[in-house]
Amino acid sequence: MNLQADLLVLLPELMVAIGAMMLLVGGVMIGDTASRIVSWMAIVLLAGVGWVVFANTGTNGAFHGAFVVDGFARFTKLLILTGSAFCILIADEFFELEVRRRFKLTILMLLATLGMMLMVSASSFIALYMGLELQSLALYVLAAFQRDNLRSTEAGLKYFVLGALSSGMLLYGISLIYGFTGTTGFHAVALASAQGGMNIGLIFGLVFLVAGLAFKVGAVPFHMWTPDVYEGSPTPVTAFFVTAAKVAAFALFIRAVITPFPAIAHQWQQIIVVVSVLSVILGAVAAIGQTNIKRLLAYSSIGHVGYALLGLAAGTEAGIKGMLVYLAYYLVTNLGMFACVAAMRRDGETVEDIRDLAGLARTQPHFALALGALTFSLAGLPPLAGIFAKIYVFGAAMQAHLYVPAIINIVASVIGAFYYLRIIQIMYFDEPKRGFDHDIGGGTHALMWGTSAISIFFVIVPGPLIAIAGQAAHALFP
Amino acid sequence: MMSHLLSIVTFLPLVGVAAILLTRGSDKTVASNARWIALVTTIVEFVLSMVLWFKFDGSTAAFQFVESADWLGPGIGYRMGVDGISMLFVVLTAGLMPFCILASWESIEERVGEYMIAFLALETMMIGVFTSLDLILFYVFFEAGLIPMYLIIGIWGGKRRIYASYKFFLYTLLGSVLMLLAILYMYYQAGTTDITTLLHFHFDPWAQRFLWLAFFASFAVKMPMWPVHTWLPDAHVEAPTAGSVILAGILLKMGGYGFLRFSIPMFASASEVFTPLVFVLSIVAIIYTSLVALAQEDIKKLIAYSSVAHMGFVTMGLFTLTQQGLDGGIFQMLSHGVVSGALFLCVGVIYDRMHTREIAAYGGLAGRMPMYAACFMIFTLANVGLPGTGGFVGEFMTMLGAYLANTWVAIFAATGVILSAAYALYLYRRVVFGDLVKPALQTIQDLSMREVAILAPLVVITIAMGVYPKPVFDVTSASVANLITEHKAALSVGNVPKLAVAGATR
Repeated sequence: MNLQADLLVLLPELMVAIGAMMLLVGGVMIGDTASRIVSWMAIVLLAGVGWVVFANTGTNGAFHGAFVVDGFARFTKLLILTGSAFCILIADEFFELEVRRRFKLTILMLLATLGMMLMVSASSFIALYMGLELQSLALYVLAAFQRDNLRSTEAGLKYFVLGALSSGMLLYGISLIYGFTGTTGFHAVALASAQGGMNIGLIFGLVFLVAGLAFKVGAVPFHMWTPDVYEGSPTPVTAFFVTAAKVAAFALFIRAVITPFPAIAHQWQQIIVVVSVLSVILGAVAAIGQTNIKRLLAYSSIGHVGYALLGLAAGTEAGIKGMLVYLAYYLVTNLGMFACVAAMRRDGETVEDIRDLAGLARTQPHFALALGALTFSLAGLPPLAGIFAKIYVFGAAMQAHLYVPAIINIVASVIGAFYYLRIIQIMYFDEPKRGFDHDIGGGTHALMWGTSAISIFFVIVPGPLIAIAGQAAHALFP
Repeated sequence: MMSHLLSIVTFLPLVGVAAILLTRGSDKTVASNARWIALVTTIVEFVLSMVLWFKFDGSTAAFQFVESADWLGPGIGYRMGVDGISMLFVVLTAGLMPFCILASWESIEERVGEYMIAFLALETMMIGVFTSLDLILFYVFFEAGLIPMYLIIGIWGGKRRIYASYKFFLYTLLGSVLMLLAILYMYYQAGTTDITTLLHFHFDPWAQRFLWLAFFASFAVKMPMWPVHTWLPDAHVEAPTAGSVILAGILLKMGGYGFLRFSIPMFASASEVFTPLVFVLSIVAIIYTSLVALAQEDIKKLIAYSSVAHMGFVTMGLFTLTQQGLDGGIFQMLSHGVVSGALFLCVGVIYDRMHTREIAAYGGLAGRMPMYAACFMIFTLANVGLPGTGGFVGEFMTMLGAYLANTWVAIFAATGVILSAAYALYLYRRVVFGDLVKPALQTIQDLSMREVAILAPLVVITIAMGVYPKPVFDVTSASVANLITEHKAALSVGNVPKLAVAGATR
């Protein structure tokens, strides 16, 4: 009876798990020719799961509080499911053109999605670690998916070694926290830390925990894996890292510091302020010299992690609301960005140098318009969507009196605008090169148009998303 | 329908954008269609802005044609409205646009559709700046204008267009983002970004100073004030003619408008504190940039520096906080919008023929181009501030205001008038007078019908503004008087606690 209720709470996760296994069995029986069917069935599955998540209401715990499904979890799960579904779509069309489709890619993405969903629902450190490792192991394999490509295997290995290191730190932090509070449940830790007060062992554990989580979101000074992994992995996999995996890691980060440690908020806020400022500055400065678009977007993502973390540094409900708006915007914009990168092909070969975009406004004006809108949105210029995400994050920082970090970050965003402008300059001002191939899949194209249209027209009805994000953030502050 | 008049005026150009996007056919058809669509849209827009002006009630300082709707969330809404300060800037914007489109009729041959789209989008952004009654909405319009202007300079500009476009963009962005932080701070202090509420909200005097500086960073760059003016000459020189007209005519006025709308009324005590700073920067701008203008070899650069000097008069006038100074500052912005726009159009006329802006490449144009020489003469004299032209009224009144506020400021500013006569007449002599000896100029043609159609109305407006400025003051004076009263009231409110404390300790 009790088990049944617990399982019902985790119904979406069960659906993904069972679906992934069934697709695996089916794929093995038919072989790689079934890739397209497997991909589409996975997308349908994720859409169904999304509906189940959406239809659910209220706050429900499961397995003695190890997992919790609340507004926050639902909001981030929907983002993750959206990201996964579209990344599977891009991957299907991308690998079809590479003539090396393997249905296993879809299965691995589904399993990673399962891990992410468990992560955002995790309400105890053990559950957190379980979800995180399920996700990470799938991601390590995905990074090295083009196993005959040197850079892809390098990316996989690098990600694995550094990821294992960060998991070690995380686990060490968790064990210290367990040792000093005697529990692993988030709420129980909150109670113990409120009673115990400042405790040097607990703070040690917290530092290790934050370091491990900062690694997972790719924030400075734990960012060193991102440029190499993002550049080396196949484009759809990079898209998956930047969208779904990033959202999941952030959701985990938020819940794992907000719920268990409100009593010692001041301790972790200091760390996050520093991490946020460093990320923004490094992301802005280091991206200037990049010519590979994926590497450039990797540095851009480091910068955006910094902006989002400013909301967490505020530690308030407004800050979390700002972060959730930011994550939604970031997910949509990057899906579009990577759809554009996946569509950069000349004579069937992928090209990744930003100079290959030269004169795109004249050879393929619509492509240039879509990429241009997304780029300006990432640069945070109104009237595109990006500015509204920034408004809420920076607003929360101002409300929490984080004036200096906010000023540093926003000045760094002007430095960052330089490299976004360079993409626009290359597309619009420079002399044209040959255009790209036109036989890119319809899904990729649709994604480009859809996301750029959202970036442009978000200004007209921004209210609903912001209201929903507000409700989701409220779930963390009962 | 009528209750949404202001939104219609603001967003009408976007209808033109959609129409251009929908045109299909060969490049030539698209180009021709785009030109006509843009022209018709901007003319309709101008007519609507005139309707707005006629329906505007100048006897009250209240916001008119007010609209509001839900937008971002609690406290941040879609609010529109105009008062006497913003009303005429809407007319100025809508009035200059058709000239810009006409000036680009033949000189822009490549990517005409995109060019017209950029201009129409820019028009919406500029009008939105003057009509929005919500700080966040204002910020969105204020910043969004950067994108089309960046593209206009970068795609259709001159040789160093890429350098100039980056410089323009990054300079302006840096100023604006600091303003954004100030806006967000104000939101959390006051709980709303509604401008009408914030006009009566009293911020803490210390916080005011930081807020004032943050807004100043944005508006001083936009204005531009010395020493952050260096982006302007580059942007002006590289931009196509119509781009320069918009830059000088309207984008610069956003800075002055910002001071009037936000800095002075919302941060009254900080404005009081920083007035000397503004005066010093204005005086330096007036004298220093006038001297720099004297030494220029490039016509557009010379006019650009003269713009900086004239904007110095505006900032000086605004911060005198007298009726004369404020009225004069607004008038100076409007007349400078027309006159500097017209001067850039004049440069465009000869640039289209000779493809150079070097002053040395010209000389003796009066013989072959009498009509051109006459128009250029009128605008040059208006720029100098000759009585009977629009330039005089504004300059005179700002100096009158400065005299009331601080005699020394007025004395220094007056030297700027002499210097402006020096560089403007020196330019005119080198370009128009003298003997027509240069072989390339022997066959130069006088104004075409299209060019007459552009310059003649501007001549009429320039002289009308100088002879009969009353319609302008009818619109502005009630709002300006109200602004000054409120400012004084806010200052006395700010002083009350201090006096009370002083009394208590005594």
